[in-house]
Amino acid sequence: MPNLIQVTINGQAVTVPGGITVAAAVLLSGKSGIHRSPSGALRGPVCGMGVCFECRVTVNGRAHVRSCLTTCEAGMEISADE
Amino acid sequence: MSDSANTVVVIGGGPAGIAAAACVAENGASTVLIDDNPRLGGQIWRSGGKIPQAKEAGHWLNRFMRSGAKLQCGTRIVDRLGTKSLLAESDRGIQRVDYSQLILATGARERLLPFPGWTIPNVVAAGGLQALVKGGAPIAGKRVAIAGSGPLLLAVATYLRLQGAVIVLIAEQAPWSRLVRFSAKLKSSPHKLWQAILMGVHLRGVRFKSSCWPIAARGESVLEQVEFQSKQGRFSVACDYLACGFGLIPNLELPRLIGCEVHNGFVAVDEWQQTSIDDVYCAGEPTGIGGIDSALCAGQIAGFATVGRKEEARGLFPARTRGKKFEETLAFTFALRPELRQLCQPETVVCRCEDVTYERLQPMTSWREAKLQTRCGMGACQGRTCGAVAEFLWHWQVASARPPVFPARVESLAGKTLTLEK
Repeated sequence: MPNLIQVTINGQAVTVPGGITVAAAVLLSGKSGIHRSPSGALRGPVCGMGVCFECRVTVNGRAHVRSCLTTCEAGMEISADE
Repeated sequence: MSDSANTVVVIGGGPAGIAAAACVAENGASTVLIDDNPRLGGQIWRSGGKIPQAKEAGHWLNRFMRSGAKLQCGTRIVDRLGTKSLLAESDRGIQRVDYSQLILATGARERLLPFPGWTIPNVVAAGGLQALVKGGAPIAGKRVAIAGSGPLLLAVATYLRLQGAVIVLIAEQAPWSRLVRFSAKLKSSPHKLWQAILMGVHLRGVRFKSSCWPIAARGESVLEQVEFQSKQGRFSVACDYLACGFGLIPNLELPRLIGCEVHNGFVAVDEWQQTSIDDVYCAGEPTGIGGIDSALCAGQIAGFATVGRKEEARGLFPARTRGKKFEETLAFTFALRPELRQLCQPETVVCRCEDVTYERLQPMTSWREAKLQTRCGMGACQGRTCGAVAEFLWHWQVASARPPVFPARVESLAGKTLTLEK
């Protein structure tokens, strides 16, 4: 078993395997769309490699973090669009 | 702040960058490899999941680790600072990177093409889904349709199936006749992995259709089904994910920023992999889409060339020539069919970042006009996705590398001013 860590996603505590990406944690929490486009459409991760910027979330208060390139750390506060 | 002007800097930690950095460092030169991702390996050797790394990957990763090259992951180049100096940004802040020689191994990304519904969550890039799953995204038991073009589709299907996904369809837009010619050529080549994939070792029983492509994705808030076009007509498939990529396109932003000449969509290099700029080399997909073997070969040539080991470099020329032939075979086999230009409806979003629709772009006559009139390509990804779409749909010249190459934080740009004032 990988070690488990706790992060919060939109204020809710979620336990995830250590070492996974923030994008994976948000998908594991049951969401598919995590970022809203200018017209308000919900979008999910697409390229998985930091190119498309569709997986942007706020991490520890920092906006526009590409969740596919960011590794989860214990206690991380993640905020995704709903 | 700067390391040393006597350092060979390699940008990109995929096969080409790893091979280049190892060859440089093994010859005693100070070497730094910089990559945007959290871990070494690039897209193709990204670790994660239940498949053990290919032997070749392990060999090169070990060789790199033992070579003495320094590694700096999670770091992206956002601008250049005059001659032989770059501005890098990471979680730790900004940094000036000086180099005596630079090797660009910036790799490739997937070509995405728009069709109605392609912006619905769970419509993802093909390699994109693989990368997300390697990062820990759940896939076991999910129904996945895979579509687009190129050998990557089969590699992704193989990987996802081994992780427990149910592959409901693989739709390859290329015609069967070309795929047959391609696999016949592979049988006499050393591309063992692809041979195994094409023989369907791990894909037994999976539905595969050639001359088939997605024409619409549907779902309320998340993907529910995809409609496909094939020679036999249209049909729909219910699925949780559509993993869709139409081949690879080179990452040219950084080479262009540095001023490297680009010919026919690829960075122009001489026999030593040197670009039009002295002391700037380029290897891997930015010089031609040829896969791992080509990238490893060109990376080594670039590495040896920077440290003056021209005989070693020359020894690899025949292998590189074979790689170039393979590039041509790939391009021919998986050439995109013109029908893919007719998929958009008027209201289909083309520029995802700025929500610019097909009907707004259709009357435009150039990329520049589209940017000015509609903000197409002006969003967060800076045209990385829709630029390639515009090139394909309207044949516009899209060559825009303006600093910052990536959206940079304000303090990075402010820091640049400070650095220059010193």
